[in-house]
Amino acid sequence: MRNALTIAGKELASYFVQPVAYVVLTVFVLLAGWFFFALLKQFNEMVQVYSAMSSAQALEHLNLNSRVIAPLLHNMSVVMVILVPAITMRAFAEEKRTGTYEFLLTAPIRTGEIVAGKFIAAAVFILIMVALIWIFPIILMIFGDPEVGVMGAGYVALALLGVCFVAIGLFTSSLTQNQIIAAISCLGVLLLLYVISWPLQSGGGILGDMLRYLSLPQHFGQMVDGVIDTSDIVYFCTMIFVALFLTQRSVESARWR
Amino acid sequence: MIEVKNLTKRYGDFVAVRDVSFKADRGSILGFLGPNGAGKTTTMRIITGFMPATSGTVLIDGLDIFTESLEARRRIGYLPETPPLYSDMRVEAYLRFVAKLRGLRRSEVDQAVERVLKICGLSDMAHRICGQLSKGYRQRVGLAQAIIHNPPVLVLDEPTIGLDPRQIHEIRGLIHGLAGQHTIVLSTHILPEVSQICDRVVIINAGHVVLAESLDSLPAGKSLEDVFLEAISKEEGHEVADAEETLEEVGAGHG
Repeated sequence: MRNALTIAGKELASYFVQPVAYVVLTVFVLLAGWFFFALLKQFNEMVQVYSAMSSAQALEHLNLNSRVIAPLLHNMSVVMVILVPAITMRAFAEEKRTGTYEFLLTAPIRTGEIVAGKFIAAAVFILIMVALIWIFPIILMIFGDPEVGVMGAGYVALALLGVCFVAIGLFTSSLTQNQIIAAISCLGVLLLLYVISWPLQSGGGILGDMLRYLSLPQHFGQMVDGVIDTSDIVYFCTMIFVALFLTQRSVESARWR
Repeated sequence: MIEVKNLTKRYGDFVAVRDVSFKADRGSILGFLGPNGAGKTTTMRIITGFMPATSGTVLIDGLDIFTESLEARRRIGYLPETPPLYSDMRVEAYLRFVAKLRGLRRSEVDQAVERVLKICGLSDMAHRICGQLSKGYRQRVGLAQAIIHNPPVLVLDEPTIGLDPRQIHEIRGLIHGLAGQHTIVLSTHILPEVSQICDRVVIINAGHVVLAESLDSLPAGKSLEDVFLEAISKEEGHEVADAEETLEEVGAGHG
């Protein structure tokens, strides 16, 4: 565990001495701000329209959670799909290319510790990203009356989603020494998880059930709506565990090839 | 201390290392010679546990590098062909990182870093970024990370490559100074280096050992260069003879 933390510390530091971290954080927060602005403006317009029609019933259905925060989080989940590969592509590919891999694998540490260290660092980075855009719920809380619990659930969902992406990104990075290949294959897997249930949105028997279970938006959407279901948490945790396990196997495979 | 037994490494059909065996005694320096592509780096990578052998074993201090890998790796300091530096880290931070991963206790880390900075002549470079160092200094940092945990076994892959004559002299002095407490295997192309600092020499060519002698027992009056060239050309002579034989056989078949 100590070794994993040593590696995590070093990885996290290296995110921030390189411009990558700042670029990723800036892009993430800027886009979030723009979405927030757009959604809020739409929300305002709708409130005005409904007030003009003085339809109290429709007004009641308008709420900040489902009209601003939920779509914001859905948008940010797509932004994550694009940014996470950029964060994780270096993880193993770079070490293989520069020769530091040789040091890591000959040091008296377990491959599991290497993987855990890199995962912890990237996961912490995701938490920083998600924490930064918590600014928008704060703004809403100051000027409005959103449900904090629902927003919290949504943000936890976004963090879980990001961490899950990171685990997948580490796996694709461990397969190659080329960062571009690592990034693009990660992007491919993440996008596939988004659209995997498209051919069988309903029905389809066991296969349909399976594909729908694998589909990311399904689980993510539920949590963003404020429904924290164990099965969704299990889904994300399983994905993380499987991806990390495969990464560990992939790193370890250097020892039996 | 280091015992290499019948090591073979195949990549598909290509045999990189074939039945290599040698031994390095405690406190001795073993020079590992061979032309480019002879299998030196592959052998060293197997000794340090970076890659497995197809068959054969390596014992480090009696510990098998494959089955008791973690314990065996604890006893090794390894300088790969390219010094394994993180180009965005400062020299001191890098060495602290290495020291921790090599299992030094928190209280020992500072002292160890200071010690290797001094030994390797890096004290002025402690706050420089690894990526901006010259080749010579990168090599020294590479050596520093290899010896930071004071390992009984040192594996150095061409430690003096790319250095200027003065640096070569310094590094050689350094390696020489490390012998006694450390068992060292070093590979090199520079023959005088071997005669100067090594006790034993192992020459490999095309993946197998062609000569393994202590330096004292080499024929008097012959320079190491003569011995090296002879050992290698004898090998190549064999191959030529083999090829001729095959040709003759083919010719006979046609006749």
